[in-house]
Amino acid sequence: MLDIVQVEKSFNIGTVNEKKALQNLNFHMNDGEFVTVIGGNGAGKSTMLNVITGVYKPEGGKIFLDGQDITYLEEWQRAKYLGRVFQDPMMGTAANMQIEENLALAYRRTKKRGLSWGISEKEKEYYRQSLARLDLGLEDRMTAKVGLLSGGQRQAVTLLMATLQKPKLLLLDEHTAALDPKTAEKVLDLTRELIEEEHLTTIMITHNMRDAIRMGTRLVMMHQGRIVYSVAGEEKKNLKVEDLLQKFSEVSNGEFANDRMLLL
Amino acid sequence: MNFLNTLQAGAAQGLWWAVMTLGVYISYRVLDAADLTVEGSFPLGAAVSVVCINAGMNPFLALLVAFVAGCLAGAVTGMLNTICRIPPILAGILTMIALYSVNIRIMSDRASITIAADSARTLLMHWLPITNGTWVSILGGIVTNALLVAVLYLFFGTEIGCAMRATGQNIHMARAMGIHTRWMTILGLMLSNGLVALSGSFVAQFDYGSAMATMGQGAIVIGLASVIIGEVLFCHKDRSFAFKLIAVVLGAVIYRCIIALALQLDFLKATDLKLITAVIVVFALSLPVLKKQFAQGKLRRENERKLNGGGGTEHA
Ligand SMILES: Nc1ncnc2c1ncn2[C@@H]1O[C@H](COP(=O)(O)OP(=O)(O)O)[C@@H](O)[C@H]1O
Ligand SMILES: [Mg+2]
Repeated sequence: MLDIVQVEKSFNIGTVNEKKALQNLNFHMNDGEFVTVIGGNGAGKSTMLNVITGVYKPEGGKIFLDGQDITYLEEWQRAKYLGRVFQDPMMGTAANMQIEENLALAYRRTKKRGLSWGISEKEKEYYRQSLARLDLGLEDRMTAKVGLLSGGQRQAVTLLMATLQKPKLLLLDEHTAALDPKTAEKVLDLTRELIEEEHLTTIMITHNMRDAIRMGTRLVMMHQGRIVYSVAGEEKKNLKVEDLLQKFSEVSNGEFANDRMLLL
Repeated sequence: MNFLNTLQAGAAQGLWWAVMTLGVYISYRVLDAADLTVEGSFPLGAAVSVVCINAGMNPFLALLVAFVAGCLAGAVTGMLNTICRIPPILAGILTMIALYSVNIRIMSDRASITIAADSARTLLMHWLPITNGTWVSILGGIVTNALLVAVLYLFFGTEIGCAMRATGQNIHMARAMGIHTRWMTILGLMLSNGLVALSGSFVAQFDYGSAMATMGQGAIVIGLASVIIGEVLFCHKDRSFAFKLIAVVLGAVIYRCIIALALQLDFLKATDLKLITAVIVVFALSLPVLKKQFAQGKLRRENERKLNGGGGTEHA
C-alpha cells in the first residue's frame, strides 16, 4: 500500500551544512501493517514521515500510496489520505478554535469545502460520542477552546482528529514524547485501541524501545537515512531491548554512548 | 452643545472608517499578519469609485466596483506572499507602493479628484426625510456595518470560513486537514482589502467629497488602533466572533471620537493627528502589559504585608 522507492532527501544542499537525511531509502508496507520505527537522533525518521506527507519533496526517488504516485502532490492534496499526529501537542490543533470546530475541520479532511455550514448539529452528536470514548470528560466541553486543554488532552484530540475520517495511512511522530509518563501511557492505549478497531495501516515513530517491541506488527530501525533492520512476527515478539541495543551498536560501530535511545 | 456636535461628527466619520477596520481585523487577527496593502487599497477604492461616479455610474454600483478593485489589490499581495514567498509585511509594502502610482493613473495623473455628480450621500439625503448630513452618515453607517458584520459572521461560520481561520491560527495543522492554505491566505487578503477599498469609497462619498492619493496614509495604524481599542474596551478572549466584530466597529467609532475631541483642544493642530494616533496605539498596545504589571505589583504588596504583619518571628 505504501512504497518508498530509492528516496533521497538532503538539507542545505551546496553549503558546508549539507546533510543527507534520507539516502536511497526503500520501504514497503502492506495494508493493515502497524510498523514501529526506532533510531537515534537525526536518523531521518521524521524526515521519512515528512516526505510521505509532502512537507518536503525528495530530490530523488518515488513515493506510491495504493499504487498512486504521490511524490509531487501538494501537502494539502495528499492530506485526504493521511492522518497525522505531531510530536508537539500544539501542532495538531487550532488553539483558539473550539474542540468541536477542530473536529469539524478534521471531518472535512477528505471533502471539498464550500459555503455550507462549517459544522452541523448532526455532526456534533457524532463528535460527542467520539469524544466520550477518550474518557477525558471532553464530551461536556465541546465548545471550549482547545488552547485550554492540557498537552495530553490535546494529543488525544489530535489522535481522534487524525482518525475521524479513516486515513489510508496513519503517521505518528513520537506523539507521546512530550507527555508525562502516565499521560503518555493513556494516549498510547488509545492509539492501540483506535488502530485495532479501525484496522489502520500505521507508522509510529518512538524513542521508547519497549513500546516499539510490544506494539505493532513490524519493527524497523533507521540509521543514517536508511532502514538497517526490520523484524516482524514471532521474531519481533521475542525481541528484547538488549537485542535492539546490540543491533544498534553494530550499525553505528559503537558510537552511541550519548544517544537518548539508551534512555529508553 | 459643541461637545455633542463633535461627538456626532466623530461617530459619523468613525462608522465609515469602521468598514476598513473590519478589513484590518481579518488580516491582523484572522490571518495573523499585519497587511500594509491597506494604505494603498483605501485610496484605490476612493479613486476608482469617484472616477466611475464622474463618468456617470450609479454611486452605489461604484461602491461595488471599489470592493472588487480592493479584492484585486489583496490578491496581488496574497500571491506575492504565497507564490513568490515574500514575507507578508514586505509583500504588503510592495503592493502599497505600486498602488500609489496606480491610483494617480486612475485619477488621470492628478493627486486628487472631486466628485462632480451625485454621490451616495446626496442620493440618500434626497431620499430620506433627514436634512442633517451627519445623521445621514450615522444612519447609513450603522446599517452598513450591521449588514457587513452579519455577512462576515455567517461567512466565517462556513466550511471555507473555518478553513481560513484555521489557516491563520496553525498553518501546519490546516495543511494536515487538507486545507489549501495558499488559496485561503489569498482569499482572506482579497476579502480584507475589498472591505478596505469599500471603506475608502464610503469616506470619499460621505466625508471628503473627493478622492486623494494620500488619504490612505497611516490607515494601517488607524485600523490597528481601532481593532485594539475595541478589543481592550469590549472584549474578553472568549467572546463570540460576532461580538468581536461589533467591538471592532465600536473601536473605530471611539477612535474617531477621541481624535475629534483632541482636535478641539486649543494647543493641538490638525497636523498633530498622526502623533495623537501613534500615542493612542502605543497606549492601547501597552495596556494589557500595564494591567498585568499593576496586578502583579498589587499581589506583591499584599504578599509583603502579610509576611510582615502576620508572622513577624521569621524576620525578627
Ligand atoms: N528542516 C531541516 N533543515 C535542515 N536540516 C534538517 C531539517 N530537518 C531535518 N534535518 C536534518 O536531517 C537529519 C534527519 O533529521 P530527522 O529526520 O528530524 O531525524 P529524527 O527524526 O530521526 O531524529 C538530521 O541531521 C537533521 O539535522
Ligand atoms: Mg524526529
